[in-house]
Amino acid sequence: MKSIYEIYLTGVGGQGIIRVSTIIGEAAMKKGLRVVMSELHGMAERGGVVTTEMKIGSASSALIQKGNADLLLALEPVEALRSLEKVGPSTTAIVNSAPIIPFTVSLGISSYPDVSQIITELQAKIKNLFILDALDLARKAGDLITLNIVMLGAAAAIPGFPVEEELLLASMKETLPGSTIEVNSAAFKNGYEAILAGMSRK
Amino acid sequence: MKVEEILTGGEGEKLFLLGNEAAVRGALEAGVSIASTYPGTPSSEIGNVLSRIAKEAGVYFEFSSNEKVALEVSAAAAASGLRSFVFMKCVGLNVAADSFMSTIYEGVRGGMVILVADDPSMYSSQNEQDDRLYARISGSPLLEPSDPQEVKDLVKFGFELSEKFELPVLVRTTTRVSHMRGVVELGKIKKGKAKSTFERNPSQFVVLPANARRMRHELIQKLRELEEFANNCDLNRIIDNGGDSGIITSGSCFNYVMDILDEYRIPARVLKLTLSYPFPEKLVKSFLDSVKQVTIVEEVEPVTEKEVLSLIGKYGMKQRVHGKLDSTFPRAFEYTPDIVRESLSKSLGLNLPEKEKLESNIPLPSRPPVLCPGCPHRATYYSLKQAVKSLGIKNIIYPTDIGCYTLGAAPPYEMADYLLSMGSSVGAGCGFARATEQKVVSFIGDSTFFHAGIPALINAVHNKDKIMLVVLDNRTTAMTGEQPYPGVPIDGMGDTAPEISIEEIVKAAGVGFAKIIEPFNLGKAREAFAEALRYDGVAVVIAKHPCAQITARERRKKGIHIVFDVDQDKCSRCMICVRDFACPAIYVARDGSVHIDALLCVGCGVCRQICPDNAIEVRK
Repeated sequence: MKSIYEIYLTGVGGQGIIRVSTIIGEAAMKKGLRVVMSELHGMAERGGVVTTEMKIGSASSALIQKGNADLLLALEPVEALRSLEKVGPSTTAIVNSAPIIPFTVSLGISSYPDVSQIITELQAKIKNLFILDALDLARKAGDLITLNIVMLGAAAAIPGFPVEEELLLASMKETLPGSTIEVNSAAFKNGYEAILAGMSRK
Repeated sequence: MKVEEILTGGEGEKLFLLGNEAAVRGALEAGVSIASTYPGTPSSEIGNVLSRIAKEAGVYFEFSSNEKVALEVSAAAAASGLRSFVFMKCVGLNVAADSFMSTIYEGVRGGMVILVADDPSMYSSQNEQDDRLYARISGSPLLEPSDPQEVKDLVKFGFELSEKFELPVLVRTTTRVSHMRGVVELGKIKKGKAKSTFERNPSQFVVLPANARRMRHELIQKLRELEEFANNCDLNRIIDNGGDSGIITSGSCFNYVMDILDEYRIPARVLKLTLSYPFPEKLVKSFLDSVKQVTIVEEVEPVTEKEVLSLIGKYGMKQRVHGKLDSTFPRAFEYTPDIVRESLSKSLGLNLPEKEKLESNIPLPSRPPVLCPGCPHRATYYSLKQAVKSLGIKNIIYPTDIGCYTLGAAPPYEMADYLLSMGSSVGAGCGFARATEQKVVSFIGDSTFFHAGIPALINAVHNKDKIMLVVLDNRTTAMTGEQPYPGVPIDGMGDTAPEISIEEIVKAAGVGFAKIIEPFNLGKAREAFAEALRYDGVAVVIAKHPCAQITARERRKKGIHIVFDVDQDKCSRCMICVRDFACPAIYVARDGSVHIDALLCVGCGVCRQICPDNAIEVRK
């Protein structure tokens, strides 16, 4: 295994991508690991694509070379496809299947592919792929807004993920408001268990 | 992590900090007394953090009305012997440049650090300018951090350097440094003096030509001494991985170079320039003496490359120089590890192929940034468009300005025809009114109006330029993350502050037609716009409604959950709400039916006013 673990996170502005990336980074730091992360703010956030890139281990730059991600965490299915160039033969991908349709589709200036088509494409290309309906798992946890934490729980269940579940949960509790911890903990568990269930099917 | 930890974190503690957050900590560790800014991405979070913690830290912090004022506030503090910190985005220094130049001539008594955040690839800026060139125009020492730890350490060191040479120090970051997070080990916080006494010395602080001529000589002397300091400063360091190839790099590029050399085990000697201006000629010459060829890895402009070429010419040296000028590296946009790998393959004669990556042929929908659901600007654009249509005015020119409302350039509104810089909508409007027979309708935001719109509005009145100006007043500096500005009753310290009325300024400037509208009342807004469009002279309409982010927060606080839904029995699928209004919460399902996304809808209710079928109602 490489000594550096590289994570590419993608989704849509408002989904809490920077928040969940920071939780992972702080947990890695608490474990005594080196960690760097790159995020994009500003104009990119108004409903546009948001990505973060993170390296845990002895890297100087957070930017990931094409094909080199160890883990792709995609909070939106089309954004998973858009990130494919960061994905290589050994990448594990976790993809939320619930789409967010951009307004360019309603205006008729672009079209959104069928989710089933996206899933078939991802399955054909990515060997280590986990697809989950994170929106539904967030709903079951008690709040749709916990979708990002469902994905965090899912990442924690991947073999080789460099930070343990307990550290991630502790970092989450330090970051999020106290009143939301219960529902977020449930979301984390839902994501974690969805991946375990997915692995037992494989 | 909570923001407060940037202040409360103890010496030796480690935090996972954004470059911009680390800058704040560096200033606190240096004992900064006064800090000022005008917000701009990628530097904005520095101000956001300071506004949260300044009071507790015993620091004075303000959001100034523009970058020039911000620089002047900090310059005067430093002239008074206090340590001051001013920061802005790349193009902000253009606004501040006049006073910036003089501050370098005059010098400072207390340490002064000016942080500028460049934006290679223009993620949120209008150009890709390289502010390292400003160090050269002005004669200010320049520090280039590569990561958050260095941002903190160099901001702190910048104050010491500034006091040692009695010159303001420029710290230049880029988006990838300002928005990089990394583990930062904290140092000790020092409490700065709250007040000082300014000791007058007009020969130092008044740039009359006679004084300025003397200052020019003094500055050149200081730069000579600084160059000698840079030659021997351990911030400029050599990482020797063997071999006879050299690489000179700085900032974010240093990280890419080190990762590529490490991964592919490439022998090379790397010179990291951190105190990069004045250019440390002796150090670079001795580095060049130790290598057969050199590759310059730098983003945006070939600044270092030209310095190296001139040095090689001056001493008649023979080393090949690879960089942008021989097309080893791309001329424009930010670098990535892939670009550095490819380019080093060329310059070092290695074969470093791209890794295997996946590709897909499925066409993907574009996802550009968009005005939020419930954004008052959308309602303003909609009713103005209706008013223009009802009067049958053709060929209007719409100069626009910098803020969220620039997104009015996108379909279906497409009301953005000309943009230069902050405040340019009004000045350019004057020009169009003179140069053409077309009607001119300019847009400017509230914070932008105070930043640079007022002098241009006065120009319009005085020179009798018949323009209509729409001030989009959403009660905040929205695009950069909701900072206060002079039009709201709160300041950078979080204290109550006098609220300056845009309407009164407009009237005092002699504008003949001035009206405030509530953009969510579409009928009245349309009437006011029609009236303004018919007015023969300078007309100003102030569309005043809080940013959707502010109202959404208030609704959450009050526990209001009203959202709207489409009654499918009533909806005739006319598509007015979809095609003409274009709220991102409204979407068309595959069967052609129209729906409102309950997660995105913020319950502003404007779509209800435009629906001819009365099909939009409160979701039960």
